[in-house]
Amino acid sequence: MDKVRSSVYWEEKVAKVFLWASVVITLGALLAVIFHILQHGLMHVSWEFLTKEPRLMGKEGGIFPTIVSTVYLIAISLAIATPIGIMAAIQLTEYTQKGSLVKVIRFATETLAGIPSIIFGLFGFAFLVLFMGFSWSLLSGGLTLAFMVLPTIVRTSEEAIKSVPLSYREGSMALGATKWQTIWKIVLPSALPGIVTGVILSIGRVVGETAAVILTAGSSLNIPASVMDPARSMSVHLYILAMEGISMEKAYATATVLIILIFIINTLATRVMRRMSSNLIS
Amino acid sequence: MKKLHENIIEKLLLVSAVAAIFVVALITYFIFADGLPVIQKYGLAHFITGIDWHPLEGHFGLLPMIVGSFLVTLGALLIGVPLSVGCAIFLAEIAPKQVTGLVKPAIELLAGIPSVVYGFYGLVILVPFIREVFGGRGFSILSGSIVLAIMILPTIVNISEDAIRAVPKDYKEGSLALGATHWQTIKKVIVPSARSGILTAIVLGMGRAIGETMAVIMVVGNVSVLPESILDPVRTLTGNIAIEMSYAAGEHSQALFATGIVLFVIIMILNLLVTLVPKRVGE
Amino acid sequence: MFKNSKKVMLVFALILTAVIVFSGCGKKEETPKDANSENAGLSGSVTIAGSTSVQPLSEELAKAFMAKNTGVTVNVQGGGSSAGVKAANEGAAQIGASSREINESEKGIGLTEHKIALDGIAIVVNPKNEVAELTLDQAKKIFSGEIKNWKEVGGEDAAINVVTREEGSGTRGAFEEIVLKDAKMFNKAITQPSTGSVKTTVAGDKNGVGYISLGSLDNAVKGVKIDGVEPTTDNVKNNSFKISRPFLYLTKGDMNEATKAYIDFVMGEEGQKIVVESHFISTK
Repeated sequence: MDKVRSSVYWEEKVAKVFLWASVVITLGALLAVIFHILQHGLMHVSWEFLTKEPRLMGKEGGIFPTIVSTVYLIAISLAIATPIGIMAAIQLTEYTQKGSLVKVIRFATETLAGIPSIIFGLFGFAFLVLFMGFSWSLLSGGLTLAFMVLPTIVRTSEEAIKSVPLSYREGSMALGATKWQTIWKIVLPSALPGIVTGVILSIGRVVGETAAVILTAGSSLNIPASVMDPARSMSVHLYILAMEGISMEKAYATATVLIILIFIINTLATRVMRRMSSNLIS
Repeated sequence: MKKLHENIIEKLLLVSAVAAIFVVALITYFIFADGLPVIQKYGLAHFITGIDWHPLEGHFGLLPMIVGSFLVTLGALLIGVPLSVGCAIFLAEIAPKQVTGLVKPAIELLAGIPSVVYGFYGLVILVPFIREVFGGRGFSILSGSIVLAIMILPTIVNISEDAIRAVPKDYKEGSLALGATHWQTIKKVIVPSARSGILTAIVLGMGRAIGETMAVIMVVGNVSVLPESILDPVRTLTGNIAIEMSYAAGEHSQALFATGIVLFVIIMILNLLVTLVPKRVGE
Repeated sequence: MFKNSKKVMLVFALILTAVIVFSGCGKKEETPKDANSENAGLSGSVTIAGSTSVQPLSEELAKAFMAKNTGVTVNVQGGGSSAGVKAANEGAAQIGASSREINESEKGIGLTEHKIALDGIAIVVNPKNEVAELTLDQAKKIFSGEIKNWKEVGGEDAAINVVTREEGSGTRGAFEEIVLKDAKMFNKAITQPSTGSVKTTVAGDKNGVGYISLGSLDNAVKGVKIDGVEPTTDNVKNNSFKISRPFLYLTKGDMNEATKAYIDFVMGEEGQKIVVESHFISTK
């Protein structure tokens, strides 16, 4: 009996140490990256850097057009992927949970999630840029990115919807609500935090994607005037600055702005999510 | 009236769900249309088992890249999965609320950092470090695995944590009430219940690792020769496409689409395996 | 409930509107362009796509051109030489940019070549490396893997880490042709996909050696003399430094007015002045 108890005790100890260590290493590794970039980039970020147009391919001047283009790409891709993704998740969790169609849909979603971004890029180039004749444009880039983040939104929304306890649904149905009323009033609000996590992950992917964006949205440094204009996102700009050896200073500064942008988006999203879920539930 | 709009909504839901199939079909068509002719011309075995990649001379051996992709991803999972699942358990079960409130946004933030940034961090810091400490040229499977492991951490942590949190409280309380310790409850009740979510997280992480292009290119050395140790440089399938696509022409370009096909098929097989696993364990 | 269903409808309506506006934009955009190109005054838009080595130069040329012709927008894209050839051929861009001679399979498709500049290729080593000069033959043996240690060419006793560009790259193509000739590139050479990353790799590795565009040579790495000749634009121009390649603009069929004006500008005095200022070599 004692032996059992002490082995349980030791297992507990070891497990706790492992869990603590994994957090420390995870955060340590990630913060090391952030720290390195901020350390080299923060001093080069200024108001001029954010609001001026680049000169000499970005060697001098700012990054204003790339910020505008990044925001456009986020808006277009999520405007397309979010509603479709959430609706697909509802379909898969609330309407048809079994059957061969669902199996095929789920397999397709998983395949889509596993397809490397470079292949999305090749596909976007072959299909949207050339075949559909959209050329390099915000539209081609936004659509390609929408295809890319769709599975992320479907899966996270699905997990979130699945995690809403069955009793909520039964309660609502018992009160005479229709299936859709139940989903809209009960299930979605409860699943919202999970869904927003998916959207945040997707924004991160859109902002961070390089390969697919170069091939579909292009890398023109002009500010796009319509969705049919080519554009260069911040990540693409960073990639070109760094890989073509144009300016490491500006590359670090661009990376710093990217990190700050992500930070702002995440903070906003968390705020909105909190407010929405408290409004809807109460 | 109500019925009509619910009908419309249900149709829309179905169309949305089918959208994924449609997109996969489109992608498949466009990749295969470009890559298949060259595979038919040289034979599949030439691509899969060949070890010579000299695309300008008609040698399209992809074996070194297949091995490279496999080893780098495996390494990343070996390093990344224990860390990130551990981290997710910690955040969901052990950490006080304030700690989670600080750590979670930090990790979400890191998910958004462009892969190029991780790649350059790897190139500037990690590659020289490995060259000094372990020898070799620094560009290696090891550096690729470490960079990828860091990159997949946020994905796996975020999604596994949500899955663990979604385990109904009654399960945990029931287990504790029966006299199990907190760790026993985590190990025997919570993690198994959250298994499907954690597996989803790992698959997404694996997808990101196999599919990652830019960061990997910067740190693995891109040598298309079979590696002999984890300190040897390798080239991945994605790297092969990304590095050479911009300058490839004619058959060379088709061979890169063929690389895409190989990558595609490997991912299909992985997905099939994953859909099989939980059923066998669960039922 | 009523409120909520309205909300749903509103969201769908918004998405629909957005889609219609987006596609509408695209169509409207094209009509005025066509109309404009018929006008006597110079206006319209030119897209240049292709080689990332040419891109910085194109960007500068485009800026200067747009400053003079305010009615014209010149968009400069990357994508690589092959993408440039494809884009010019399929009409996705008016001009394709290439940093290598176009190859046999591309020659048949009826593209017009405009040689806008020349670029030298420098062999670079880490600044800490004692070796400052190589013969063309030594360079050949290093990059083919025959010479494996720096001491064989007068340096320290240390293994040489060869860094190369990817197969198909314009820089690599020219380098192989001029330096390696019949020999093959060392198959265990570290492969980097851009000038910048080759530079970073060599700058970070004391025993590294690579080759980069002369236009991006700076203090981070050391350009070695080849057969006693410094890698400078002057030496490329007077033909004493042998490793160089062309920058090409490719067009298909009859150019529209804006494209023609742009090409004339680039090939003219002002354009070639910018070429020289950007550390490339004028073809005139």
